[in-house]
Amino acid sequence: MTLPLQDPQLAVDAEGQPSTRSGFFRTVLRERKAAVVGLSIIGFFVVLSIVAPYISPYSITQQTCAVYAPPSGVHWLGCDDGGIDMLSLLMQGGRISLVVGFAATLVAMIIGGGVGILSGYFSGWIDVGLMRITDYLLVIPDLVLMIVIADVWGASLFHVIIVIGILEWTSTARIIRAQVMSVRERVYVKRTRAMGASNARIIWKHILPQVGPLLIANTVLTIAIAIYLETALAFLGLEDPTVTTWGTILENAFQRTAISSGAWWAIVPAGLVIAAVIVGCFLFGQAVEDALNPRLKAANLSVRRWRLRPLVGRGPDAI
Amino acid sequence: MSETPLLEVDRLVTRYPVRRSLTGRLAREPRLWVHAVDGVSFSLARGEMLALVGESGCGKTSTAQTILRMVDSTSGSIRLNGTDLTGLSAQRMRPLRRKLQMIYQDPYESLDPRFRVQEAVAEPMLVHGIGGSRAERRDLVIDALERAGLAPAEQFLERYPHELSGGQRQRVTIAAALVLGPDLLLADEPVSMLDVSVRAGVLSLLDGLRRDGDMGILMITHDLSTAAHFADRIAVMYLGRIVEQGPAQDVVRNPQHPYTRALLSVVPHRDPRKRSTPQILQGETPNPVDVPPGCRFHPRCPIAEAGCSREDPVLRPPAAVVAAGHEAACLLA
Repeated sequence: MTLPLQDPQLAVDAEGQPSTRSGFFRTVLRERKAAVVGLSIIGFFVVLSIVAPYISPYSITQQTCAVYAPPSGVHWLGCDDGGIDMLSLLMQGGRISLVVGFAATLVAMIIGGGVGILSGYFSGWIDVGLMRITDYLLVIPDLVLMIVIADVWGASLFHVIIVIGILEWTSTARIIRAQVMSVRERVYVKRTRAMGASNARIIWKHILPQVGPLLIANTVLTIAIAIYLETALAFLGLEDPTVTTWGTILENAFQRTAISSGAWWAIVPAGLVIAAVIVGCFLFGQAVEDALNPRLKAANLSVRRWRLRPLVGRGPDAI
Repeated sequence: MSETPLLEVDRLVTRYPVRRSLTGRLAREPRLWVHAVDGVSFSLARGEMLALVGESGCGKTSTAQTILRMVDSTSGSIRLNGTDLTGLSAQRMRPLRRKLQMIYQDPYESLDPRFRVQEAVAEPMLVHGIGGSRAERRDLVIDALERAGLAPAEQFLERYPHELSGGQRQRVTIAAALVLGPDLLLADEPVSMLDVSVRAGVLSLLDGLRRDGDMGILMITHDLSTAAHFADRIAVMYLGRIVEQGPAQDVVRNPQHPYTRALLSVVPHRDPRKRSTPQILQGETPNPVDVPPGCRFHPRCPIAEAGCSREDPVLRPPAAVVAAGHEAACLLA
């Protein structure tokens, strides 16, 4: 996790591009097709979620067709066990899934960014203390702890957001810390300190903008994890039962014997949209991270990829 | 001199702990120290330029860092305008930092790449809450840039560091130091990263600044010819201590310490046909963790005698006829 991450400046300068921050993201989008694809996917689902209530073909609270009616011209993706249109469910379920994903990530980024910056900037016992807490949370199996907390606190949307938020900041904190430690040693930071600037000013004006792109790349990657975990928690029945999310759609289908009824349309489309959003976040986040660290381009096994592979369905955490 | 000197450093010692391994710590190995600055004393008057000369690792930069209070001294005192800086809290140090500005070696690293020239030069004023309104600050920035030789200043205000040359960047950092109206400027190898063609310009700028105002400049360099040309006085450092100091011309023409002579023998001549015999010192600079006993230069000294390994010489006027204020720390001088 302590790969030397190049600062955005150098990455951009090397390609002879203007080195302002907006210029950096513009360069990433221009040079990397994956980033464009990823951002398009994310954008598509965000827009869809916003307009879903106005464009979804049917109500998601009223029965509009037969139980487990197969896909047809009127109901493109068929119906669920209650006779509710699957397409409408998917469109509106995405709203909550994305809100949970974004909100939990916001919590995770505030904690992770804060811990990473404080730890990297101040070093000493602050660093030791914060990093031991980080290590502790890093080695605990996330999903198991989440199940326990969500169960103890009770099933609610807010709890799911907080639980995911307070468990998913650790890798961000480590990456940001490493970057801050290198930025802190830059001469201009020392010059600013010798000038008499306060720590708050140095962090706010010099350190934070420098780690900003890295934080954004991590945010996007964490959104994918958060959406995935939300789905997992919902599938395990730890989500607020009154809301509809992609996870609860899956749970519902599973509980109500969709599989034995052969109603694949109740499961597959929800799985595909979740996969699509996660892939979109990965493509974009990975592209930004690669641009920040040209070494990762050559490596076929980045730390990040290795860490995330089990989460997408292979390792011990997989369901 | 009757008035208090601008900067007075007295028997300054700065040492860094050597990291012990875990096994070393468990075995209670003694804690070792790197004696980066080991009893340095000098003073600097207003309008004066003192060059601190020595090879890499001799403690020049550590001395500057200690004066800036970026590292803490172990003992000794640093008086700026009569106020002792050692032991001041960070809070009480902050207002004094206005009077004490540093110029770094690497102009490519010492400016935040995301700050335009205007923001970089205005930042010190914001830090210290001076400069008044935005328009007044802008005027002060323009003034500082022009004093630093970037004219017309308006042309540079909106540029980013990557759009400037090395010499221009160094002038921007000088402007950022000037904008606070410092009394003392510490210049740590201010031109060693610059192209030879722009070095003279930056050095004359510094020279002019201290002549105009009553600013004192402590210039750190490993280039004796630069020091001889621009500085009023030269202090030669070896292994954390000043071994010779005096008026620049006299130190260069009439060196008393064998180390200074060795340094001077490798300065190239203006006339390439005229070859000097470089006096290459034997061996490496000793490790500053265990400084040799007696004179710290004796293991490499070409003229060392038996007594040199026993007695530690102090700075004193040498036996030979030298200019006033010229001192050397050599038993045989």
